Amino acid sequence: MCLKGENISFGYKRNNLILNDVSISLDRGKVLGLIGDSGSGKSTLCKILAGYENNYQGKVSIDGKEVLTKGYNPVQLVFQHPEKAVNPKWKMKDILNEGSNVSQDILDSFGIKKSWLNRWPNELSGGELQRFALARALGSETRYLIADEITTMLDAITQAQIWNMVLDIVKERNIGVLVVSHEKNLIKKLCHDVVYFKDINSVRHY
Amino acid sequence: MSTAVVNVNRSLFRGLNLRQKTLLIIGFTSLLLLAIVVSSLFIDGESLSTDFGSKNLAPSLEHPFGTDWMGRDMLTRTLEGLGLSIVIGAFASLISAVLTIILGLLSSAGKTADSLVSWLVDLALSIPHLLLIILISIGLGGGAQGVIIGVALTHWTSLTRVVRAEIKQLKTQEYIHISRNLGKSKWWIATKHILPHLIPQILLGTILLFPHAILHEASVTFLGFGLSPHEPAIGIILSESMRYLSAGYWWLAFFPGLSLLIVVLAFDLIGENLGKLMDPKNAHE
Repeated sequence: MCLKGENISFGYKRNNLILNDVSISLDRGKVLGLIGDSGSGKSTLCKILAGYENNYQGKVSIDGKEVLTKGYNPVQLVFQHPEKAVNPKWKMKDILNEGSNVSQDILDSFGIKKSWLNRWPNELSGGELQRFALARALGSETRYLIADEITTMLDAITQAQIWNMVLDIVKERNIGVLVVSHEKNLIKKLCHDVVYFKDINSVRHY
Repeated sequence: MSTAVVNVNRSLFRGLNLRQKTLLIIGFTSLLLLAIVVSSLFIDGESLSTDFGSKNLAPSLEHPFGTDWMGRDMLTRTLEGLGLSIVIGAFASLISAVLTIILGLLSSAGKTADSLVSWLVDLALSIPHLLLIILISIGLGGGAQGVIIGVALTHWTSLTRVVRAEIKQLKTQEYIHISRNLGKSKWWIATKHILPHLIPQILLGTILLFPHAILHEASVTFLGFGLSPHEPAIGIILSESMRYLSAGYWWLAFFPGLSLLIVVLAFDLIGENLGKLMDPKNAHE
């Protein structure tokens, strides 16, 4: 039961690779940290693992099978900027239930208040929006969650709150989490295991 | 112009909030335009008949816009002409909007379709606008039908560009990718995510096409390529009056020209104020 990326190479230009021969694997129920410098290609790797990017070399598989491009993707990616991850013309309740109907339990555990549901995205703060983005991504078919700097722009207290909720849900549903950050202390606190990006990617950015 | 409008707003409707003011302006200008169209429909042939007993009269209470060299009341002719212009403008901008939607959606279908659409836009833009209208309307045998189709087939370009760029920009948004990852189909994303962003653009673009279409119709007719001389179009009224200007009959050109300007500005005002209402930043306030 694991999500595997094997020998992944990627570059926006042919002779300028960002990722070279990167391999990573994430078991279900595990919380894996990924630490790397800004601009080293962490987010690109996340996008490839979650099926956002197609023009890469290598293989992404779940339990040995390739991930289907149609239908609900068991690998869900949550971004750094929640305000970009919501359609400004939709009400929050539509955004929340886009994937599947989010249960009341999850709403409660994320501290999403009923009154927020009838608001527009520009009427909520970043931390509130990020809760919605996470609740939406943690649908019942989600097996792996990739958290790409999801709490970087939040204050320490909100960070701790959000991560506590995520870790509870993840443990209960046996979801594998990839925590991407360049904050070592956060990763040490959260993760069972840590991968340093410079160890798995041979491309050096100077 | 917009600052002037704001100043007028401040003094005219003090006590109303911005939303009510904009709605009031939109309502008032729409009513004005509607009144012109409706009144032009109810004008019978008799009031347009010649009366040589009262020719070339200066503006008076009985004939507010004066009369022409055949004794026809200029107010009636102007109303009739404006009504015709607005109807032609409506047809032309509606057809343009439909073309825009079709081509905009086509451009999002794939790379080849996209280059085809941009090629079509470039092609249409490479020919001078007025020349293209004249070519098409002559090619279709002239008359009202020629002008309508000519004006309609040449105004979709700028709006299509805007819609195409908007779709391109929307498709790179994170929430579109997320939607795909949540298992939504292309059609679902197009109708639920992309279309709500396009509707205001298209609606606004269509309304702002009106003044363009009306002015082009008038200028083509003025140049003699459009409607036939017996139809009381604004362009024809203006081009006929040119011959009488040097004789001192200034009202023949002044009032119809002024009315045309007012109608065009009214459409512009509606478009501008609708834009204020539909701007995503202001819409939810």
